[in-house]
This record gives sequence, C-alpha cells and structure tokens, in this order.
Amino acid sequence: MSRINDEEVRKALDKKAAYGADIDMGRYDEGEKDVEQIEDLSDTPDDIQKKMINVGVNTDDSDKDGTILFINNAMSHCSNRAQEGLIIMSTQKALEKYSWARDYYWKAVDPVKDKYTAKTYEERSDGYFIYVKPGYHLKFPVQTCMMLEQNKSVQNLHNIIVVDDDASCDMITGCTTIHGANDALHVGVSEMYIGENSSLSFTMIHSWNRETAVRPRTNIMMKKNSRYVNNYVLLDPVGTIQSFPTAYLDGEGASCSFNTMCIAHENSNIDTGGCAMLNAPNTGAEILSRNITYGGKMIARGRLIGNAPGVKAHLECKSIILKDGGVTQAIPELEASCADVEMTHEAAVGKIARDQIEYLMSRGLTEDEAVSMIVRGFLVGGIKGLPANLQKDIDAAIDKASEGS
Amino acid sequence: MSLLEIKDLHVEAGGREILKGVTLSLEEGETCVLFGPNGSGKSTLLSTIMGYGQTSVTSGKIIFKGTDITNMSVDRRAKLGIGMMMQRPPNVIGVKLGELVKVTAANGKGTTGHEKEFKMQDFMERDVNVGFSGGEIKRSELLQLSAQSPDFVMLDEPESGVDIENIGLIGKKVHELIRGTDDGRKNVSAFVITHTGQIMDYIGADKAFVLIHGRIAREGDPAAILDDIKQNGYGVDDE
Repeated sequence: MSRINDEEVRKALDKKAAYGADIDMGRYDEGEKDVEQIEDLSDTPDDIQKKMINVGVNTDDSDKDGTILFINNAMSHCSNRAQEGLIIMSTQKALEKYSWARDYYWKAVDPVKDKYTAKTYEERSDGYFIYVKPGYHLKFPVQTCMMLEQNKSVQNLHNIIVVDDDASCDMITGCTTIHGANDALHVGVSEMYIGENSSLSFTMIHSWNRETAVRPRTNIMMKKNSRYVNNYVLLDPVGTIQSFPTAYLDGEGASCSFNTMCIAHENSNIDTGGCAMLNAPNTGAEILSRNITYGGKMIARGRLIGNAPGVKAHLECKSIILKDGGVTQAIPELEASCADVEMTHEAAVGKIARDQIEYLMSRGLTEDEAVSMIVRGFLVGGIKGLPANLQKDIDAAIDKASEGS
Repeated sequence: MSLLEIKDLHVEAGGREILKGVTLSLEEGETCVLFGPNGSGKSTLLSTIMGYGQTSVTSGKIIFKGTDITNMSVDRRAKLGIGMMMQRPPNVIGVKLGELVKVTAANGKGTTGHEKEFKMQDFMERDVNVGFSGGEIKRSELLQLSAQSPDFVMLDEPESGVDIENIGLIGKKVHELIRGTDDGRKNVSAFVITHTGQIMDYIGADKAFVLIHGRIAREGDPAAILDDIKQNGYGVDDE
C-alpha cells in the first residue's frame, strides 16, 4: 500500500461505505479509555464473565494459549500462556515496543476506504496485536473478547494478527455489549497477515444489543501455501451489521474459506459475507453462508475474483425464511480475468420443506422441535473446519438461539 | 373397540379426490396388508392416518384407541402410538441419523444402541437419508421405528428397492417390530402396503384389503387374495 496521505484520510472521514446504511458518527461519544484492569482472569467480575462465555470466551483459560479482553476503547486484560512463540499485547504498545510492527500497521487495510477506517486511523485506535513467530504452531487457541459497555459511544478498535512463516494459530474472538450498552457503535479494523506455509483459523462470535451498529473492516494478506479459515457466527438480535472481509491470496497455492451463519431477527439489518481475491496460481477459496431470516433483513454477499491460472473457488449462499416480513437477499458474484479458472456458485432462499418437518414430527417431535433441529443442522452445516474445541461453544450458542426462536 | 377405525373417509391431494369413502377397521394385534394397483390411493391412506399435510380430509373420521385423530397434529399421533415407514422419506440435510434416533427414543418407548443389528453403525453421523441406497433407507426407517416402538405401525412397501441380500434382514426386523423378539414378545398392529406379497413371508398377515379407485373393493384372507391378484390381476387398468 502506498504512503498514507493524512489530508486524504481527513477527507475520508465523511466517506460513506460501499455497503450498509450510513451511520452518523457524530451521534456517538468517544469510548472510554480508562477501564477496569483485570490482572487474573479468575478475578473477572461475574457479569463480565457471563457475557464472555456467551460469545465463546472462557475465563478458565487452561486450554487457551492467550487471552485479551478489551472494554470500550482500552485493554482490560492480557495474558500469554504460550510464552514462547507468541507475542500478545495491545496494538499501540506493540508499535512502541517493536519497530517492525509498523510493517503491519495500515498495510492491509487502506485508511481512506471509508469513514470508519478513516476515524480509526485519526484516533490512533488501540486493539490487540498478536504475533506468532516463524516455526511455531500454537497448541491452543488464542481468545479475545471485545466488550462494548458505554451506551451512545463508539468503540474504535485496530487489531493486527501476524502468523509468520511455517506457523499456525487458532483464534476465537467474541464481541458483545454489556451493562445496558445498546445504541452504540462498534468499529473494528483488523489486519491479518499469514506467512508462507502458515495457517490461521479465525472464529468470530458476535452478540449485540437490539440497536447496536457494527462496522468491522477486515483484510487478510496471504503468502505462498498459506491457509485462512474465517468463521462468523451471529445468532442474537442486532441493529445493523455490515461486514465484508477480503482475503488477498497473493502467494501460489494459498487457500481460504469464509463460513457465515447468521440469524436475522425482527429489526435486525445484516449485510455480511466475504471476498476472495485469487491473485496467484493454484489458489482456492470457498465461501459458505447459511442464514435464517426471522423477520429481519439479511443480505448475504460473496465475491470471488480469479486473476491467475489454476484457480478453484466455490460460493454458496443459502437462507431459510422462518417468518414473513423481512427481506432475504443472496448476492453471489464471480469475476475472472483468466481462462484457466474453475469458479462456481449456488444460492437458495426459501422455507423449510414441509415434508421434512412432518417426517421428524412422525417420530414424536413437536413442530417447533422439528424446525429447531433442522435449523440447527442447516446452520452447523455451514461451518466447516472448526477446531474441535471451538465446536462445543458454537453448539451451545445455537442451542440457546434455537430455544429462543 | 377396534384399535383403528376409519369411517367413510374422503381425502383430497393435489386438488383431486383420491380416497372416495374408505371404511375399515383394524383390531389390536392384527396385521393387515393393503393391496391395490398404482395410483389407487394406498400411500395417501397411510399418509392421511399419519396426518401428513399433503393430504386433506374433506369428510369422514379416523378413530385411534377411541380418540378422534382426524385433525390431530402429526407429533400427537406419533405420541399416541402411531409409527410409519415411508416409501421415499425426504432427505433432511444437517440432521444426523444418530441424533434423530436418539430424540425418537426419548419421545417414544424404544431404546437406542441397536444400529449394528440394522447394519447402520456407519450411518449414524450421516445426514438422514442423504445419499442412502434403497436398502439403507429401509434399514434406517426400521431403526428409527425400533427407537419409537409404536403400538401401530404402517409400512409403505417395505420390500421395494431392496436387494436379495437385504430382504432377509429387513423381513426379520419388520417381524421383530410387530411380533417382538424371543426375549420380548410384542403384539403390535400393522398396516402394510405390498405389491409382491414378499413381506408376508416374514410377518404372517391376518387380513387383507384391496383398494381400487379410492375405495375398499375387497377384504379377506391375505394369501387367497394375493393368489387371486397374481392370477387374475386387479381387474382394472393401472391409472
């Protein structure tokens, strides 16, 4: 990315995003930077702990290699159990401590992309910095929790994840509101870099409030033979979310998959998906989206761009409509600038077939139980390649949502 | 009191009247076979007894264990003791067979852990019916029914699409479903659709009905009726 022009960034502070409703950022106060410090995770207050668990982040971190908790705009907890091979701290601290951290700062995401990235740049927002050294394969996942506590405020975060060559890392990140924060805005810029022969699995579970606005901005830079898995889970009501993470497969043989499962409740406006730029030979991508519309608005996007020979990619958007009144839109896009590519897509929107529901009912399940079982299977089927120890967290979240519907 | 009584049942499906006044009864412990040419309404009759929504009762009544179930939901009928093996059950993507068997047993009277007996141990983690062969579908249906353990079971062509190797196992399992094993005798009632009569070798039917053009045309001894059909046909053209 070319040198950043501060004047252009200032101009971009009013730049509307390509997708999603425009949000007046002037409505929100700056999020607090003076937050409670939790030294030992086991001392986490009960209410915070409960919220963390709800989005798959555990205070019992015996099976985690690192944990970060952000509240509003500052870090509340950071621990590193892996020690060797892993650097984990706040982004601003990493920039102070390591000159090389600059090589990953605003190099994957352009600050002039839209008003949200520009604001994050202007604010010099903090976030988490995770670096896995070459040759290290983290045994357990690293978990992060971004908690939005202050109503009428904006949480501005800037995260950087680097998995250097011949290394691997599983991450689970849970984002949620607490203490009555409802009409608030979460902006999260995430820059990810995956080295040669390395892999990153990034699972994000979101649980917001009914009026919360959410604008993540994520790009992933991928080198030769690297692998990226992005899982996104949103089962609770939200005001508006617009997210379109983009992977740049610049190294030969790189592959990525984006798996999304969302429930669009009444008054929720969700616009999500993923994009893969297949720029190098023999790269591959899979974008899978499984959504339920329960009276809300659900837009599932997927874009595959094939720019090199030997590209193989598939895109699948499927939505089940459980309640009238909402809108469901599947927008699959395929683009190729090269003849030797194999790119396909599949999209389907509709209700659950009546014969399937009745078939389960003939085994004694009530109609609601039958629908729940099918919905659960439908959503879970959309998430592939989850680390086994994360699967149970997702299952629990779906069970909870199914009970509520 | 009969276990099942059907009184002057008229049923529409796809905007057409399929059953045009069916009256029959089935006693406790009785196994009945249902013959009839293609399109005569056999599967519609079983679907209507189970309560599937693609059929709609325009008049008449279905009484089971003394209760009028004509307008009862499918799951309440199942809980009352009715079970069904469909000829072509739907694929249920995302629902694992093992999961369905477990929840079926929890709602019914049967038990889990019998998948090996049905040669279904490799299918428990697979989506229900997805990519199953003819024989695998029948074994899967019977495994589910064994977990449900209904008092009255309806089997829609249990031998269709089943190879010679499988027919013995399926016949044995149908027998066990209705009569029980040596360890535990049962006296379940059954209603079985068959074209070939092959399944009768395993279950020993008590009574047969012949359904033609949506009406019961004949009722009587199963072996005699089957012989007659084999020799003389149904006396009608296939619809």
